[in-house]
Amino acid sequence: MMPALLEVEDLRVEFPTRRGLLTALDGISFAIDPGEVLGVVGESGAGKSMTGAAIIGLLEPPGRIAAGQVRLAGRRIDTLPYEEMRKIRGREIGAIFQDPLTTLNPLYRIGDQLIETMQTHLGVNAAEARRRAIEWLELVGIPAAAQRVDSYPHEFSGGMRQRVVIALALCAEPKLIVADEPTTALDVSIQAQVITLLKRLAREKGTAMMLVTHDMGVIAEAADRVAVMYAGRIAEIGPVREVVRHPKHPYSVGLMASIPPLDRRVERLAQIEGAMPRLSAIPPGCPFNPRCPYAFGRCRTERPELLETGATRAACWLYDAASERHVAGARAHG
Amino acid sequence: MAEQIVAGPTAAAFAAATEAARDAGPTALPAFAHAADAGPMLEAEELARHFDVSRPLLQRLFAGEARRILRAVDGVSFSIPKGTTLSLVGESGCGKSTVARLVVGLYPPTRGRVIFDGQDLAQARADSAQRRRMQMIFQDPYASLNPRWRVQDIIAEPIRAFGLVTDRGAQRDRVAQLLTQVGLSPLDGEKFPHEFSGGQRQRISIARALSSNPEFLVCDEPTSALDVSVQAQILNLMKALQRDLGLTYLFISHNLAVVRQISDRIGVMYLGRIAELAPAETLFTAPRHPYTRALMEAIPDLDMTGRKRIPVGGEVPSPISPPPGCPFHPRCPLANERCRAEVPALLPARGTPESVVACHAVEEGRDHIEAPLAVAAALS
Ligand SMILES: Nc1ncnc2c1ncn2[C@@H]1O[C@H](COP(=O)(O)OP(=O)(O)OP(=O)(O)O)[C@@H](O)[C@H]1O
Ligand SMILES: Nc1ncnc2c1ncn2[C@@H]1O[C@H](COP(=O)(O)OP(=O)(O)O)[C@@H](O)[C@H]1O
Ligand code: SF4
Ligand code: SF4
Ligand SMILES: [Mg+2]
Ligand SMILES: [Mg+2]
Repeated sequence: MMPALLEVEDLRVEFPTRRGLLTALDGISFAIDPGEVLGVVGESGAGKSMTGAAIIGLLEPPGRIAAGQVRLAGRRIDTLPYEEMRKIRGREIGAIFQDPLTTLNPLYRIGDQLIETMQTHLGVNAAEARRRAIEWLELVGIPAAAQRVDSYPHEFSGGMRQRVVIALALCAEPKLIVADEPTTALDVSIQAQVITLLKRLAREKGTAMMLVTHDMGVIAEAADRVAVMYAGRIAEIGPVREVVRHPKHPYSVGLMASIPPLDRRVERLAQIEGAMPRLSAIPPGCPFNPRCPYAFGRCRTERPELLETGATRAACWLYDAASERHVAGARAHG
Repeated sequence: MAEQIVAGPTAAAFAAATEAARDAGPTALPAFAHAADAGPMLEAEELARHFDVSRPLLQRLFAGEARRILRAVDGVSFSIPKGTTLSLVGESGCGKSTVARLVVGLYPPTRGRVIFDGQDLAQARADSAQRRRMQMIFQDPYASLNPRWRVQDIIAEPIRAFGLVTDRGAQRDRVAQLLTQVGLSPLDGEKFPHEFSGGQRQRISIARALSSNPEFLVCDEPTSALDVSVQAQILNLMKALQRDLGLTYLFISHNLAVVRQISDRIGVMYLGRIAELAPAETLFTAPRHPYTRALMEAIPDLDMTGRKRIPVGGEVPSPISPPPGCPFHPRCPLANERCRAEVPALLPARGTPESVVACHAVEEGRDHIEAPLAVAAALS
């Protein structure tokens, strides 16, 4: 079997602070195949962006990878020197962030930014790069691309700018795209256009994609598999259909149930009581235990690993046959 | 130890857990409930607000430019019966927040007027006894709370400003009561805003808005900055408060699913105007305006029924140079010559007379209500 394009193994990220060491990510493991879209969801502060930043080597100091590995096409990249990693970013990994204004240089013409990227990473000449730049703008749906290739970013609307950012991330034909909330700043009707575009390009070009968002609708639409994060850990991971429709981890269940339905009115939305703990106050055992309606003895002392639940894997003791409390048919683990 | 076999975790368990918590919580404070008599709490009549976004005069003369007027809101009318919720939805820049600001008097209208409980808004604003009856909640729970004030002072500020309770001890009691009412602890009054999460800060904003004992709340995207799980908590709180206190809401959001949960009636805005205004259930079961239908099509499908989603083409035009005729015509699959020339009036729709719709096709009966997907197909 071919190895996955991206492999993240037991990743831990720490932040030394004056008040002690904070563990922002702990035991994160997943893999993404070529052409596959892995969605990453969870509430703000869960560690989604941090996971993306760790993969592309852009953790903000003093944040650092304290344990684990990141491998791209089998090659370890978390230990590479900065310069080498910079080359890999752009050439092999494309990044798309939430705010298109921070990615595009306001002083450079849109076309020149695309052209420079392709010249740097693909080694094509200026004329060829310009031809491809126009092609990319057409591909991402900028009308009259040949005329607008020389526009400045401020002459484009937010939705158009975000599509240019996508073109910029894709034009060097990277193998992996890390997209952090790429549609959050956009309107629903534009969001739809951008998601459709991202999904199509990932399929057509065989690009693997990590799509970070807190919008379950976007995930349901675009992802093949999804990882649900909570307090710096993966609570559940599995095929998108399963995680959205038949979530197994109590946190995923609460999260899905709190989404307001479009097709009916409910008198009262299900809600998870309380709030996600701060990094400095993550409880021992299962980090979700103070809010979990199912919590029992073991949950307060032992931290659950990802366990098989059937179609998904969930970090929850209810799925261990050895627990004093568990779901019918749970397997024996460990 | 006996081994317990439980069924898998379910959404129902979460609903039950939160019901139990609610029954224990002292949300209901009937002493402050407002009698919901009939008659509108608020009426907007042909409201408009234009902004002059021209460059400075000299530069303009130099470049031979005309004045540039941005029509943020351009003729919006609605009325909100007491004790009910009217929501306004629409894409960024369509004028929702501007309507909110007009309605509470933060902007004077360029045209039209606002009537608050039978009285002209300008008059009502001049009278503090009327002014305290309306409050506003904003989108950003970070920016709307003064970071240097303790929560108790933030919440007590309207009480003091309106001179509602003068005794210090009674003020403290009222703040404690408000904190409890929004699901926080009276002890939280001692803390500063930065010590709270986004959802908790929005609860503080709500407590502050409630402190003048208002009857009408304008809520501009109160949950848009929050995570879904926190959004559910705030929406549940707002519904409970409405039920317990008889509040009237103008609720603004860009999220149709949220709006469906909270509204009695919904207005869909496009480029400074109302495209369609209908009872909530009617809007979702029989959307009439092509824009409403396209918006619903554009929403990502959580149920994954295999529906192929077809995005709305094009983008919202600039409110500085809106297209002539119907503002939606450059994106509308049903547009014809009349649409490009004549602005459609908001009229009761054939077939669903409880909805008012600004669309020539609907008026002429050429909008194929039986085939909602036809619109999306044509838009692709
Ligand atoms: N003070 C102002 N001066 C000039 N233009 C303004 C002003 N306030 C709003 N506008 C413009 O008016 C239009 C409507 O703005 P408004 O804030 O009401 O939109 P909105 O529907 O609330 O959008 P969003 O969903 O992004 O909050 C926009 O084009 C906006 O740029
Ligand atoms: N520079 C930093 N120092 C300490 N903690 C940080 C820093 N940056 C982020 N964090 C914390 O790391 C956690 C994960 O953050 P992030 O990955 O941005 O979450 P998400 O993207 O899921 O909203 C949060 O608790 C956040 O407060
Ligand atoms: S391990 Fe225990 S506390 Fe954690 S989610 Fe499962 S049942 Fe709840
Ligand atoms: S008036 Fe014409 S252009 Fe406007 S929405 Fe109706 S059919 Fe479309
Ligand atoms: Mg983030
Ligand atoms: Mg707004």
